[in-house]
Amino acid sequence: MPGVEAAIEVRDLRKSYPASRGAGGAIDAVRGIDFSVARGEIFGLLGPNGAGKTTTVEILEGYRQRTAGAVSVLGFDPSERPRELRARVGIVLQSSGIYAHATVAELLAHFADFYPRPRKIDQVIELAGLAEKRDQQARHLSGGQRRRLDLALALIGDPELIFLDEPTTGFDPAARRGAWQTIRSLRELGKTVLLTTHYLDEAQELADRVAIIKGGRILAEGSPAELGVGAGSRYRVAYANGNGELTIVETDDPTRLLNELTSAALARGEQLNALSVTRPSLEDVYLELTSDA
Amino acid sequence: MRSAGALLWREYRFERRMFWRNRSAAFFNFLLPLIFLALFGAIVAGHRNELDVIVPGIAGMSVMSTTFTALAYNLTFLREQGVLKRIRGTPLPSGVYLCGLALNAVTNAAIQIGIVVVAGRVFFGLGWPPQPLTLIVFAVVGVAAFALLGAALSHAIPSFESAPAIVNSVFVPVILVSGVFFDVKHVPGFLRDIAQALPLEPLINGLTGGLVQGHGALGSHLTALAVIGLWAVVGVVLAVRGFSWEARRG
Ligand SMILES: Nc1ncnc2c1ncn2[C@@H]1O[C@H](COP(=O)(O)OP(=O)(O)OP(=O)(O)O)[C@@H](O)[C@H]1O
Ligand SMILES: [Mg+2]
Repeated sequence: MPGVEAAIEVRDLRKSYPASRGAGGAIDAVRGIDFSVARGEIFGLLGPNGAGKTTTVEILEGYRQRTAGAVSVLGFDPSERPRELRARVGIVLQSSGIYAHATVAELLAHFADFYPRPRKIDQVIELAGLAEKRDQQARHLSGGQRRRLDLALALIGDPELIFLDEPTTGFDPAARRGAWQTIRSLRELGKTVLLTTHYLDEAQELADRVAIIKGGRILAEGSPAELGVGAGSRYRVAYANGNGELTIVETDDPTRLLNELTSAALARGEQLNALSVTRPSLEDVYLELTSDA
Repeated sequence: MRSAGALLWREYRFERRMFWRNRSAAFFNFLLPLIFLALFGAIVAGHRNELDVIVPGIAGMSVMSTTFTALAYNLTFLREQGVLKRIRGTPLPSGVYLCGLALNAVTNAAIQIGIVVVAGRVFFGLGWPPQPLTLIVFAVVGVAAFALLGAALSHAIPSFESAPAIVNSVFVPVILVSGVFFDVKHVPGFLRDIAQALPLEPLINGLTGGLVQGHGALGSHLTALAVIGLWAVVGVVLAVRGFSWEARRG
């Protein structure tokens, strides 16, 4: 698709759910968030339970009405649910059901009929890693295989933009790697992906950019590398001194520090035991940002 | 993109395939009216008047169970399972999808009416319907009213687990007061008034005209037709209002 406009634009998005019986007052699930996703980019919304990830994504998918703010998806307002937009996006919901007695291939063939330019069924089955389950009924699939069917159904219409709400929850480690491979191959096809996840390694592995969201607010945003070593985060040098005590020093300039430490040790004729240099990982940033302290 | 008509046809075919795929459900669906006919046929064997009540009564019950009951269940199930929500995210127009579901139910109603008509002729010496026009008009309006009311009832069912209890607590009393198994003439006056205000008794009234000799042409069942038509209008309003594509929360 030509054009420079972003695939997704979100400005000061807010959503509050009305007070419900037995659940106290209104819930401000999303409290003014901004982000944009460029075409061809994989963008990750990373956050703990109840952060507002699904609320945000389902507003962009056209399922929920926003309370305030502006959003645009492929140039459309998703709240109007234009059919053309639905034909150009693929959606993997956090949870959804399917006709239990239909086979994988039947379901894909049926859903392909909904779209103007669907992909080939067997191609999608291959892409989703369901080749062995092609003629199995959905009710005989395992949880992880059902999730792959969800992905396959989202890809059958050959969408430009794909929403993945926790695409690998419930996968075994091998299946997760397989799903990551599938998502990476979407990037190679030039697709735009908005994914939500609780898993840092998933965000780190897949996303070009990540927004960490908690309590309906974005706490940090950037590439996984930027978030890990961004402003305020420093290198950490640890070693055991002559008495065997572990010493930790933080620095912005590890080269100079290491030079000083090693020269001093050499001069004293000592060893620097247990020497390590680390940068805070995205995980450290995530835990720090989302901890309740 | 495919036209709405082509999409509807595909959706309908898919629903039919899925209906037949669940063999036990499909089998009992069509066995049920036959069991009722056989049972009551045996009970009232040889009593012409009572047979003339039972056959249209069971035809009316079949219309109600294939449309009202089936759609209340199915829509609740599809909603709670998240199938409706998934479909809603595709370019398939929502109306096409819902029409596909409704046509699936209507097909079952037509098949069951066919079974009852054939069984009435073969086993109960009822002959072919003397007033086919009356039969068709009442079947069409009755199916529409009950399908809409079934969709409306699904909105009031909070979870799939509670669906059988709620649906049966409507279905069974309506069946009992509406003269499926006996002539409403034998029912106390106030119950008869209630039955005549509900949609099933008027439907059976019209089906009797269509299926049984000597109950008058369409013109003598217009009040009954009006009552069912009114319920269809109520059904439209209630089915549209409160329609939810998403599972009820907690
Ligand atoms: N339909 C709704 N009605 C009322 N409150 C809701 C609704 N949907 C979500 N919420 C509330 O809004 C907040 C955000 O929920 P949301 O589902 O967006 O979180 P999430 O980040 O997707 O969480 P998870 O990781 O558990 O899926 C929560 O407090 C939740 O209880
Ligand atoms: Mg969620």
